[in-house]
Amino acid sequence: MAFLHGATKSKSSGGSTVKKRSLTPYLLLAPGLIWLITFFVIPIFSLASTSTMVRPQGSQIGTYVQELRFANYVDAFLANQEQYVRSFLYAGIATILALAISYPLAYMIAFKAGRYRNILLVLVVAPFFTSFLLRTVAWSQILGDEGPVVTTLKLLPFFDDSIRLTATPFAVVSGLTYNFLPFMTLPLYASLERIDPRTLEASGDLYASGFTTFRKVTVPLSMPGVVAGTLLTFIPAAGDYVNAALLGNPSTKMIGNVIESRFFAVVDYPTAAALSFTLMATILILVTLYIRKSGTDELV
Amino acid sequence: MSTQVIPRPSFSHRSSRWFSRNLIRIYAALAFVYLFIPVAYTFAFSFNDSGKSNLVWKGFTLDNWKNPCGAPQVCKSVANSLQIGVISTVVATILGTMIAFAISRHSFKGRKTTNLLIFLPMATPEVVLGASLLAMFLNLRINPGFWTIVIAHVMFCISFVVVTVKARVASLDPRLEQAAMDLYANERETFRYVTLPLVMPGIAGAALLAFSLSFDDFIITNFNSGIESTFPKFVYVSAARGIPAQANVIGSAMFFIALIIVIVGQVVSRQRKKS
Repeated sequence: MAFLHGATKSKSSGGSTVKKRSLTPYLLLAPGLIWLITFFVIPIFSLASTSTMVRPQGSQIGTYVQELRFANYVDAFLANQEQYVRSFLYAGIATILALAISYPLAYMIAFKAGRYRNILLVLVVAPFFTSFLLRTVAWSQILGDEGPVVTTLKLLPFFDDSIRLTATPFAVVSGLTYNFLPFMTLPLYASLERIDPRTLEASGDLYASGFTTFRKVTVPLSMPGVVAGTLLTFIPAAGDYVNAALLGNPSTKMIGNVIESRFFAVVDYPTAAALSFTLMATILILVTLYIRKSGTDELV
Repeated sequence: MSTQVIPRPSFSHRSSRWFSRNLIRIYAALAFVYLFIPVAYTFAFSFNDSGKSNLVWKGFTLDNWKNPCGAPQVCKSVANSLQIGVISTVVATILGTMIAFAISRHSFKGRKTTNLLIFLPMATPEVVLGASLLAMFLNLRINPGFWTIVIAHVMFCISFVVVTVKARVASLDPRLEQAAMDLYANERETFRYVTLPLVMPGIAGAALLAFSLSFDDFIITNFNSGIESTFPKFVYVSAARGIPAQANVIGSAMFFIALIIVIVGQVVSRQRKKS
């Protein structure tokens, strides 16, 4: 018995991680979780409540009363279908482009950079120390009608003088791609870096060509990074309105622009709330399906 | 690939082989150029002798750097952003670190719900976070301003702090704490003199991340700021008429300050590893 006792004792102290049921974890969790519940969960309910409100006839602008009018959703969606679809389309293209740019970049940093690895990682993040808005404004001026790119293109024989880059879908999508690039590169790098080089050597020893190794070993092992990266790019891109506002024109408006203008320019809170709620629901559904399909549940 | 031995491969052959071998490096170099184009542009135009709107190059000057507050409202908005950033960072770092320790070092009921509550704000688009908070403030008849911005920033920073600190705690060698306990340190002493110093780099990293997220946030801030201005909001509002060159000065200065902090941090951690 004494032996058994000793064994259990050493087991309980051996983990060193202090795992016992006490009040401590709840005290540690409480302040932060209360903050999140008060300023994240409750506001979501508040948004849901606002989304079914109605403005009483003849009342002041900005006064709304709760009438549980779920038709607000139908109205809001029908009036803004185009921007809705466009948001997901632009975000999807931007995500694919970001993946295409980031994968080789992350691969190179993980496998070919040697001792420059850390410096290159800092360089990936460094542009983001300059304000996100300043960089987007910079793009709008670089691609602008009097900017260096358009001026150069006009000198070439196969472009006529009416060529424009800003105020086009091209500009908005490239802005989205650019702005969320590190969100793609960093998770990709993290999962590529974790690959044991011996698995790649083993593949080569089994007569797989370089490309086969890449396709059958590297890519599958980097899937968690691909999933995390695409989510971290797609979600903010779908809700973004800064790129569309600074680089686009009225025909490239995304759902974020509509929500913003409904809130501030039109003071139509219920429509804005219904649109935000639909956006969130759509994204959550897409994300859940995507995670299920790619089979990586350990994202959190 | 031919394996034939050619005594001296022609120059074009050699250069094409060099090219295919270094293709990925060339690609990465181009990606870096792409990443830095707007940064370089912003930096270059901070020296533009531009007057009010900084759209076309008009000549080199150092005046903008000598007098970054020259344009109206620039420094007021930067001061606001710094204050909001510091307060939000302190609060979010403390709250987030506490949660991270609870999650990685304790067992408790409701772990799944807690994880979900941490994950969801990161998976929600900023427009929705901003709009829902504003909806609540409007329903409660609270006027948005300085403190509503702080509340919003703390909210979206907490999750990022939790994730960053949690990763650091998970990477700790448990034997170090075990050794402290073996040397008769009690739980509190072990935490104070062993665990906390080891987790500190993670906490510092989380704080830096929180500060940069707060300083750079525009969408959520725009919803919950009322008439209060922040630096990103200033840039957005003045973008239509062309932002003053002083804004480029601020942006470039932030870039270099952050870069120095990161490089110093890397050097320090490398030297610690050596010793």
